[in-house]
Amino acid sequence: MSEPLVSIRNLSVVYNTRAGEVRAVDRVDLDIQPGEVLGLVGESGCGKSTLGMALLRLVRHPGRIAGGEIWFDGKNLLDLDDEEMRLLRGAHISMIFQDPMTSLNPLQRISDHVVETILTHKPEMDEEKARQQAAELIDRLGIMAERLDDYPHQLSGGMRQRVMIGLALALRADLIIADEPTTSLDVIVEAQFLDLLKELQRDFGLTILLITHNIGVVAQLSDRVAVMYAAKLVELADVEDLFGAPLHPYTQALLASVPNIRLVGDTLKIMRGSPPDLIQPPPGCRFHPRCSHAFEPCPFEEPPLTEVRPGRWVACWLHGT
Amino acid sequence: MSNTNLVEVQGLRKWFPVQRSFVERLVTRQREFVRAVDGVDFEIRRGEVFGLAGESGSGKTTTGRLLLRLVEPTEGRILFQGIDLASLGDEEMRQMRRHMQAIFQDPYASLNPRMKMGDAIGHSLEIFEIARGVEKRRKVLEMMERVGLTPAPILYDKYPHQLSGGQRQRAVIARALILQPDLVVADEPIAMADVSVRALLLDLMLRLKEEFDLTYLFITHDLATAKYICNRIAVMYLGKIVEMGTLQRVYNNPYHPYTQALLAAVPVPDPKARRKHPMPKGEIPSPINPPPGCRFHPRCPVATEVCAQEDPPLITVEAGHRVACHRIP
Ligand SMILES: Nc1ncnc2c1ncn2[C@@H]1O[C@H](COP(=O)(O)OP(=O)(O)OP(=O)(O)O)[C@@H](O)[C@H]1O
Ligand SMILES: Nc1ncnc2c1ncn2[C@@H]1O[C@H](COP(=O)(O)OP(=O)(O)OP(=O)(O)O)[C@@H](O)[C@H]1O
Ligand SMILES: [Mg+2]
Ligand SMILES: [Mg+2]
Repeated sequence: MSEPLVSIRNLSVVYNTRAGEVRAVDRVDLDIQPGEVLGLVGESGCGKSTLGMALLRLVRHPGRIAGGEIWFDGKNLLDLDDEEMRLLRGAHISMIFQDPMTSLNPLQRISDHVVETILTHKPEMDEEKARQQAAELIDRLGIMAERLDDYPHQLSGGMRQRVMIGLALALRADLIIADEPTTSLDVIVEAQFLDLLKELQRDFGLTILLITHNIGVVAQLSDRVAVMYAAKLVELADVEDLFGAPLHPYTQALLASVPNIRLVGDTLKIMRGSPPDLIQPPPGCRFHPRCSHAFEPCPFEEPPLTEVRPGRWVACWLHGT
Repeated sequence: MSNTNLVEVQGLRKWFPVQRSFVERLVTRQREFVRAVDGVDFEIRRGEVFGLAGESGSGKTTTGRLLLRLVEPTEGRILFQGIDLASLGDEEMRQMRRHMQAIFQDPYASLNPRMKMGDAIGHSLEIFEIARGVEKRRKVLEMMERVGLTPAPILYDKYPHQLSGGQRQRAVIARALILQPDLVVADEPIAMADVSVRALLLDLMLRLKEEFDLTYLFITHDLATAKYICNRIAVMYLGKIVEMGTLQRVYNNPYHPYTQALLAAVPVPDPKARRKHPMPKGEIPSPINPPPGCRFHPRCPVATEVCAQEDPPLITVEAGHRVACHRIP
């Protein structure tokens, strides 16, 4: 395998709340390979968004990165000063959120957004050239030329997400972090957007961290999948291996609870219990109170994330170690 | 009407007047309307789960609200147990409401934040003067047990913000069922729930349906979920039903190009079954001036001339399967 684009080592993020310290990301190790779509899944509140924001060092108050390293382009992002980090965000990493309105300037026309971003990336380019490039890019995104002068609120949700991916392209971002990019879209608009994303990913070799609770979307788009449970990474594998034969009992239960429109006569399996409180997570394996395979070591010792086969990682006492 | 139909809907329309600014009113005299529901016919059989599916803005919620008579139809009839709802006076309609209850998408928005869970669930018992005091409490606790809100005596005194999302949705379900209604209009009842909780709520709704002999109108934009609960399903597009039938027929032999696209668009949780079916271009047009003829024709891959001119009627293609498409001879 080639050099990873991003190497996350032992990363922890905590939120200081009145009730106590919420450890939302707990000693996570994860590599993102250049040119891959890495899906990140898990139940609500397991820490997916927090991990994504931590990569940009944008964890919101009262949260903070409590430890670890994030290696990108030979640098540990946690060692950079605020100005260096700001430049890096502007030039190398783009974020796409569920609600693009949060990151689009409501008073700026779509074309101006794109032109400005192109000029950020190439300050030496003259504006006429940048406008021309913007028009080409917008066309590529399947947005009609007559929408160029619209303001963000005049566009539909699907069109806004297209603009967001366009901005990432204008920037030639090395890494795109997409946090629930299709969650507020209707299913056909979602499918259209995923088609576009797939096409652009192939043509431009984009690297995408795809954060979503929609297991179907992850199966359709990802090359590899990381599964999070209660702030920990519990499994990491190639997409076909993960869906074909999930190893961690949590992954198994999660996949079995997802509706599959293609199967005939199947029933949904119900996952008992609910995810633990992250202020005082259970000792040992965090999943053990809900796990039907739990045995002696599970309540006492935390299973490390282990590579059981090349490229196949799992944190479970049933496997390896 | 046959007595197996709990609900019959005929030629139902709801047009909402478009709000206009003062200036706009000066410029044009013509009033414009959002054609939220624009001529739908269907029936819901006693004891079935009838699904209403379609993308955002297709008119699902409005149809549900029309059935509950929370909004008045612009045109058309709704028969509930054979009785035309429009013929009922206020008091008669009030009594009728006991038999039709609603579960909405956002349990947080539909629960009064200052009301204890138990009181919220039992509220309608008092309104309809069925039970109060100790008797109300007993009935509420029993219902809480049935929907899995346990330990019931403790949760009875909790406020909505003190419960989890799943518990709140159970409370909304308990509240809808406490009057032992015949029809439950469930509008995206599990859309806000987490993946793992969805299966639990679906299972609960199915069990309660058997236990209480319920009939559901199950409104959803999620066709994958609908598969696990609906017996029959209608697909809406821009205020009209384009296809309707038993779940097996519609899912296995979708006829309308829109239904085909909608089913194909659902992301399948299997990387070996990646979608190849191309998606229709563009987005749903405005319901204010919907396209003439078949509303789907501007996006339809197989549209012909007639599609732009004539609105295709809903035609039976096979017993229990109706489609509105000109390709049907
Ligand atoms: N601003 C905050 N203050 C306190 N706790 C927070 C804050 N933001 C997140 N958390 C907590 O951190 C944990 C992880 O939250 P995060 O939003 O990262 O989860 P997620 O996996 O993205 O969930 P979802 O699928 O709902 O988006 C949760 O337990 C959450 O309650
Ligand atoms: N009270 C109202 N006044 C004006 N327009 C309305 C009103 N209620 C609904 N509409 C419009 O009617 C159309 C149908 O809305 P409706 O809420 O029934 O759709 P839906 O299928 O339930 O959509 P969703 O999946 O987003 O819930 C939409 O264009 C909507 O904007
Ligand atoms: Mg999130
Ligand atoms: Mg609705």
